Amino acid sequence: MIPAAFEYYRPTDLAGALSILEEHGDDARVMAGGHSLIPMMKLRMADVPHLIDLQDVEGLGGIEVSGDSIRLGAMVTQSDIINHAALTEAAPILREAALQIADPQVRYMGTVGGNVANGDPGNDMPGLMQCLDASFTLVGPDGSREVDAREFYEAAYMTAREDEEILTAVTIPLPKGGYAYEKQKRKIGDYATAAAAVQLVKDGESCSAASIAMTNLSDTPVYCEAAGAALVGTTLDDAAIKAAVAAMLGGIDPSEDNRGPIAFKTHVAGVILRRAIERAWSRA
Amino acid sequence: MKDEITRDDRVANLKGMGCSRKRVEDARFTQGKGNYVDDIKLDGMLFGDFVRSPYAHARIKNIDISAAMEVPGVLAVLTAKDLEPLGLHWMPTLAGDKQMVLADGKVLFQGQEVAFVVAEDRYAAADGIEAVEVDYEELPVIVDPFEALKSDVVLREDTVQDGKPVDGAHGPRKHHNHIFTWEAGDKEPTEEVIANAEVVAEETMYYHRTHPCPLETCGCVASMDKVNGKLTLWGTFQAPHAIRTVVSLISGIEEHNIRVISPDIGGGFGNKVGAYPGYVCSVVASIVTGKPVKWIEDRMDNLMTTAFARDYWMTGKISATKEGKITGLHCHVTADHGGFDACADPTKFPAGFMNICTGSYDIPTAFLEVDGVYTNKAPGGVSYRCSFRVTEAVYFIERMIEVLAIKLDMDAAELRRINFIKKEQFPYKAALGWEYDSGDYHTAWDKALKTVDYDGLRAEQAQRVEDFKAGKTRSLMGIGLSFFTEIVGAGPVKNCDILGLGMFDSCEIRIHPTGSAIARLGTISQGQGHATTFAQILASEIGLPADSITIEEGDTDTAPYGLGTYGSRSTPVAGAATAMAGRKIRAKAQMIAAYLLEVHDDDVEFDVDRFVVKGAPERFKTMKEIAFAAYNQAIPGIEPGLEAVSYYDPPNMTYPFGAYVCVMDIDVDTGVTDIRRFYALDDCGTRINPMIIEGQVHGGLTEALAVALGQEIAYDDMGNVKTGTLMDFFLPTAWEVPNYETDYTVTPSPHHPIGAKGVGESPHVGGVPCFSNAVQDAFRAFGNTHTNMPHDHWRIWKTANALGLHD
Ligand SMILES: Cc1cc2nc3c(=O)[nH]c(=O)nc-3n(C[C@H](O)[C@H](O)[C@H](O)COP(=O)(O)OP(=O)(O)OC[C@H]3O[C@@H](n4cnc5c(N)ncnc54)[C@H](O)[C@@H]3O)c2cc1C
Repeated sequence: MIPAAFEYYRPTDLAGALSILEEHGDDARVMAGGHSLIPMMKLRMADVPHLIDLQDVEGLGGIEVSGDSIRLGAMVTQSDIINHAALTEAAPILREAALQIADPQVRYMGTVGGNVANGDPGNDMPGLMQCLDASFTLVGPDGSREVDAREFYEAAYMTAREDEEILTAVTIPLPKGGYAYEKQKRKIGDYATAAAAVQLVKDGESCSAASIAMTNLSDTPVYCEAAGAALVGTTLDDAAIKAAVAAMLGGIDPSEDNRGPIAFKTHVAGVILRRAIERAWSRA
Repeated sequence: MKDEITRDDRVANLKGMGCSRKRVEDARFTQGKGNYVDDIKLDGMLFGDFVRSPYAHARIKNIDISAAMEVPGVLAVLTAKDLEPLGLHWMPTLAGDKQMVLADGKVLFQGQEVAFVVAEDRYAAADGIEAVEVDYEELPVIVDPFEALKSDVVLREDTVQDGKPVDGAHGPRKHHNHIFTWEAGDKEPTEEVIANAEVVAEETMYYHRTHPCPLETCGCVASMDKVNGKLTLWGTFQAPHAIRTVVSLISGIEEHNIRVISPDIGGGFGNKVGAYPGYVCSVVASIVTGKPVKWIEDRMDNLMTTAFARDYWMTGKISATKEGKITGLHCHVTADHGGFDACADPTKFPAGFMNICTGSYDIPTAFLEVDGVYTNKAPGGVSYRCSFRVTEAVYFIERMIEVLAIKLDMDAAELRRINFIKKEQFPYKAALGWEYDSGDYHTAWDKALKTVDYDGLRAEQAQRVEDFKAGKTRSLMGIGLSFFTEIVGAGPVKNCDILGLGMFDSCEIRIHPTGSAIARLGTISQGQGHATTFAQILASEIGLPADSITIEEGDTDTAPYGLGTYGSRSTPVAGAATAMAGRKIRAKAQMIAAYLLEVHDDDVEFDVDRFVVKGAPERFKTMKEIAFAAYNQAIPGIEPGLEAVSYYDPPNMTYPFGAYVCVMDIDVDTGVTDIRRFYALDDCGTRINPMIIEGQVHGGLTEALAVALGQEIAYDDMGNVKTGTLMDFFLPTAWEVPNYETDYTVTPSPHHPIGAKGVGESPHVGGVPCFSNAVQDAFRAFGNTHTNMPHDHWRIWKTANALGLHD
């Protein structure tokens, strides 16, 4: 469990980090908290001859909550999210989800940017960000661009980010209504057997808006537009929830692993989503 | 008025037996000041690490080390060819088999040691490993022992001669992939009883492969001093003296020239009893280079290659009268040992003490047969937090009892009660040969059931089933019961040895002139708190405060010979030696006291911390005074000094027992379990340190929970390990662990000097069936009789699904 030798860089500004990325192309990678990247390097599954540590790079931190949106700097840690009162007030689902990621030690190091950029289907934040309709700011040699979370993920470890781009921030429109992040895992520190992010708006007795995304049930996070649509305009009766679950099941594609076979994961996905919807509705 | 020092004060001051004395080890452990093998740093020390096989079964056509030798910092790469001239390319296992040290022409399991890279540091060694080129030719892989017994594929070429299987260490082989057959009890009478019984219950159960997974992995530092010819070997050894003897026997180095040291050990649980290729390669590398060589496993190495536990396929038949009186028990085991039989059992017991499988019950007729089999998996079969194979035995009988209760449509608690061995039957001779020393099972059982309000729990459970059927809940409730009898303290030399080394143990005591002491033992703590408890035994025996007694273990140059710590043998064997050595000290102290008090030897008696003149307690000499006199006063007829040594060969094993109850809620839709209550009553005989006992019970239960609910070493069909990291191998944290309620009864061992029986492993042995029975019991009302562990979410879900609970 010892990585191959690598060159270590610790730039202090974005331009410095970008220039190293540009110079070494494929052979260079940025490191945020290192809690996904370092294990891969130790297993020699990731070969990173040039490692660029982002810890000292100016301008990548900070949590800003404004009237209509939230901005999380890429280097904001999962622990920062958990401990930020204004953020919890504005978007409590972020805290609920962050508390279900790994364990406290990992959460002190693991960052939002690393979690969404990593592209591992097991990461919880990609699905969460899709549910919240977040967008990611990517800065590269040609300047900056925004990519929607719902457009970002292509396949396991494949994202819309170019090799020489750095993800600098995540912007989230201020969420409305009730929320739930429901995750089944085998133990503390485990990735999801199935997880659901749900945000619902209640208007009188009926649901006026719904957003649903699932985690670790496909090689990318699964934003379930049809599942949300099945709830809108209903009073969230049993038939509506059943329809939403059915729509979600049409969108996932789980694979068998030590957490269990496909039939089990599919069943649990349905149960987890139902529970998330009911909990979100009770808070809407 | 002046405060009097009472006798109670004097007793308390000793912190002797029965006192919850704080662990003296913890000051250094909690400050990160322990000294583990990997903390040892010597001048010029090199690092060795293994090239390991990616394949489970393959022929090795070529090993090219040239590129590795070019890697900066790499000094040597050893292969079987280098070890062969020394006769060290294979080594004996504790089970009488032999094991490749480095792959000799083929590999038999994924992760097997193929070459040993020696380098200036770990990083260079890791790069060197990458650069070794091994040319493998894949062979058919067998991971199923039943298939192994049918297959033409010969796993071990040394098992066949002229096309026929040759005898193994324990007798004839039935097939070339068969290792041994071991029998206990009476075959025909048992078959006859079962054939004619009123009721027979049958079940096949798989006790899955798992791993002890100590927090500290295995490792060593070998240092050959070429000037004085002495080899020093530091390592994570649960049996340092046995390692010294084995190293001497296989290397030819005389035993006085070998010093084995076990420093602090971060948990063993059986994983650190055997000898591993890393030890042999480090020694050879140190001899070759003339420098100290360190080898330390990483977590994946540990999980994938050093000794696993369990992997028993057990088929049982249990017969009874219609009223539930058990009449016979039949058990057949197919034991998967992997590529080599590297079990760490006493040599005459290739299946350990599996013949304790009649459990706590008065079963008149029984028969056990175990077949050991080779497959393409890692070798081992160690006793993971249990005495040899006792966890398997107790799981088997505690499941068979439940299965019989279902067949009889009887309450499982009641079925146990009517079959327990009665108090007045002890010492009890069991059908499979053991003589149980003492027990009072009914008292323990009744206390447990009363404390948890067993009848109330059953009523609640019945209500839950009704609610479930009525659609009011999706949660079921399981009540897990287990009553176990352990067999620990191996053991009497007449039947217990390892490779001919008798399993006695030892203690040597030196009292210092000012009344403090050092005692050295043949055992070695791996976290059990020996430095705390053995000092307490001595304090009570010799009347000096435990705080004034240093306990030292693990250095073969200083400690008396002993067989080490595993199988809960330290207190039953070394603890007995400690008490006996203490009594020798006391006997001499008595003579000194009598001389000082100018009375006859018989006129003084021991009282807590002193000898007093009988009938005149104001005339006394404290042990402290006696110690001083022993060294500094010329006493006619008594030689100076106060020392003693005792080698203790126990007359019998000890048989701790206990009654456990687990209450669990199960989410039928997701398979998630929630342990609402866990009650553990342990009877380990005389209790030395109640706080340490409680800690041992918590730890053992937690490892039981792990094994029952998810911990496994799983292989795919190609022999790839699927659970090689802690992401997939379940090691519970505070998060997963429930609150444990502990309780006790005290039934001393009649043959042990202080009546103690050992407790470190009981909770694991009793805990596994208790957790498992809770899961199984939750589904009893819906037709479940048995499902295999581990009861992780998807397997529980599968059980519910198969019972039709999901539509
Ligand atoms: C025991 C354990 C359990 C875990 N459990 C969970 C869990 O349950 N749920 C979960 O979601 N995660 C889990 N994780 C992962 C953890 O949350 C990681 O910290 C996270 O996935 C990655 O964040 P990081 O800051 O550590 O990124 P790194 O490991 O530093 O980087 C990950 C990847 O993202 C890239 N990257 C990082 N930052 C940027 C950036 N700003 N721009 C472009 N690319 C970037 C890196 O190059 C790398 O490829 C677990 C980790 C461990 C060790």
